[in-house]
Amino acid sequence: MDHFPTNWGRPRNDAQDLYNTYPLHQRPNNTPKDVFADGVQRTQQPIVTGTSILAILYKDGIMMAADTLASYGSLSRFKTIQRLQSVGENTVIGASGDMSDFQYVQSILEELMIEEFTANDQNELGPAEIHEYLSRVYYARRSKMNPLWNSVLVGGKKDGKRFLAYVDLLGTTYSASTLATGYGAYIALPLLRSAVEGREDELTEEQAQKLLTDCMRVLFYRDARSLDKFQIAKVTDEGVVISDPIKLDTTWGFAEKIRGYGPQTQ
Amino acid sequence: MPDGSFSHPQQRSFNPYTENGGTILAIAGADFTVIAGDTRQSEGYSIQTRYAPKVFRLTDRAVLAVNGFAADGNMFVKKVKQRLEWYRHAHAKDMPLRAIARLIQTMLYAQRFFPYYVYNILGGIEEDGTGAVYSFDPVGSYEREACRAAGAAQSLVQPFLDNQIYFKNQQAAPGQSHPLHLPLSDVLSIVIDSFTSATERHIEVGDGLEMYVVLAKGRSAQGLEGGRGVQELTTRTDGDRVFVIRRELKKD
Amino acid sequence: MTSFYSGPGFDFSNTVRNNFLQDRGLPLPKATSTGTTIVGCIYKDGVVLGADTRATEGPIVADKNCEKIHYITESIRCCGAGTAADTEFTTALISSNMEMHALSTGRKPRVVTAMTMLKQMLFRYQGHVGAALVLGGVDVTGPHLFTIAPHGSTDKLPYVTMGSGSLAAMAVFEAGWKPDMTREEALELVVAAISAGIFNDLGSGSNVDACVITANKTEMLRNFVRPNERVTKERSYGFRRGTTAWKKEQIRSLIVSEEVVKHGEAMDVS
Repeated sequence: MDHFPTNWGRPRNDAQDLYNTYPLHQRPNNTPKDVFADGVQRTQQPIVTGTSILAILYKDGIMMAADTLASYGSLSRFKTIQRLQSVGENTVIGASGDMSDFQYVQSILEELMIEEFTANDQNELGPAEIHEYLSRVYYARRSKMNPLWNSVLVGGKKDGKRFLAYVDLLGTTYSASTLATGYGAYIALPLLRSAVEGREDELTEEQAQKLLTDCMRVLFYRDARSLDKFQIAKVTDEGVVISDPIKLDTTWGFAEKIRGYGPQTQ
Repeated sequence: MPDGSFSHPQQRSFNPYTENGGTILAIAGADFTVIAGDTRQSEGYSIQTRYAPKVFRLTDRAVLAVNGFAADGNMFVKKVKQRLEWYRHAHAKDMPLRAIARLIQTMLYAQRFFPYYVYNILGGIEEDGTGAVYSFDPVGSYEREACRAAGAAQSLVQPFLDNQIYFKNQQAAPGQSHPLHLPLSDVLSIVIDSFTSATERHIEVGDGLEMYVVLAKGRSAQGLEGGRGVQELTTRTDGDRVFVIRRELKKD
Repeated sequence: MTSFYSGPGFDFSNTVRNNFLQDRGLPLPKATSTGTTIVGCIYKDGVVLGADTRATEGPIVADKNCEKIHYITESIRCCGAGTAADTEFTTALISSNMEMHALSTGRKPRVVTAMTMLKQMLFRYQGHVGAALVLGGVDVTGPHLFTIAPHGSTDKLPYVTMGSGSLAAMAVFEAGWKPDMTREEALELVVAAISAGIFNDLGSGSNVDACVITANKTEMLRNFVRPNERVTKERSYGFRRGTTAWKKEQIRSLIVSEEVVKHGEAMDVS
């Protein structure tokens, strides 16, 4: 998907980047030319948004990371928002995109889990089931042309099996050993892939935590809608643990040596 | 909002579709069919995952490949499988291939004014034991063929298949004629070469290759044995048989 | 009266017509674009430049092994992303002007000179010359590294990336760069940055080109790493002689015979 919240829902102007020097792309733009279209106004744009979510498989389960910022356009509006949420005993979800839509999704998941609990049939929804449920919700809403404007990662471990998958506002789903949404898909995913792919069963908790922290730092350096405060969630056989907010240590020392943008030397 | 976007309400359009790249193809033999697809799922210039299957076993004699918008494709396969299960419960047998083809047509046309943005290729064995390929457009127009390529690299692969399977633009040697059907080993080679070549020249094709082989009842597995990574998916004995063969493709 | 005067530079006389055609749904032909990951990195003794080797036309790979590190002078090189023709012509023109400049001043030219020439040219064309460049080199004032965007803005940083794979490559730099690296460390980091572009950005692919520039030596490491060799084909696709049908056969002798008649005495060549 197009991960730039301000572009979402707008036809993109190809003149801005004629030469593909920037990794944006244009969706096939087949907007219906309907004379009655003005009468209905339900398509929307995200207002308060969260940026990237990162997730990886590791030896003992899955680990997910998200910063705590909710932006209002280019304003850093809410700096202590939790974007990781446990669902049941074995699942964690993380959402980027519109935060009000995410809170609505949290509420329907809460309702779902209560309903499942009251059934009292010894079955509990695991990460795979919750992902399937979410993908149906998102696909149904896109099919009504009234999308929930998020991209969500679902991760967990149940009965010894790890699970990691993605779903977004179009209902698109996929699974991989490393996943990322938003700018994370461009910036963090290359780092995650080269560190994790093929080593999913060797990576220790410390290594996984360090890897995600390093990626969150790189994202903070390069994603203008990110924050240096983030949380890490892990799901292992022991269940879900979501950490307290962690502050990134960052270095800006090299900046002192930079002089100007061209011929300047002083 | 600081940029003033609230002060001038304007029409914004939500586009419910996207394209997720990849390519599929199917080739029918005399008593077998090969249905194949790459496993890369992409959007724009990003690889979403290196393994997202596009080819699905429906029954012991039918395999469906879907390509286009992945969310629509997955939902469509789910619904086809559901209808086939209902059929099994009602009739205590698997739906015949040509019936599945007609079912897919009606299911696609039912969405005529909000189509599934998906190109389907159905392959398998007919009731008379012949290999068959059915190809569909997104709104249900379909046709039985001997071979078909669809998806991102259709324009690269289809002319190659026309030349190698239908022998288009190839004059037979004097006094000889082109074979009507190729043997399985030749077909598999052509499928692999189609995908390695499409990977070379199309940015959205690559990562992995899944080839499903459906063999008619009673046909020996000749042309399959000794192959690397062959896995049988048949559920019942004494019928048509389904196999899958997996290969790596380049990942750049 | 038709004017036969043709001004210097680009001809914009078809702009109105082309805009009209575009509005009517007839898009312009798309130029070959080097989708591209290009990078540069300063280290202890100089500069390392890197590039992938894929050129694309939309989703089709136009060239699997093109060269994106262009020559400016012996110790200044320039990586190009964007419209292939624009990057090639721009760097060739500036390379030529730099040689002229070197001859007229009698000194080794500086990297800032090339940077200034490039940005002034690109600014003059207001972004219509679609060249996004990474310029690096070593001169009398030391190693220098710049990016030049299509509209003419420049950036001067210790490590830079450009092109559609720039985010993937920059992530590698942000995670792995440190000041005063050795040649080996810098080269390894550049290879990792380009590889991140090759394997994660569909616009980039094939091989890694690198170029190591120091004060007294420039090494162009063409196809330094080749991680994407094509596997051998399962079949050979030779065609039997006579495969192509013909409607008419005409055989013509291509041997020309002529008779040489001698006139007069042979010339004295002794």
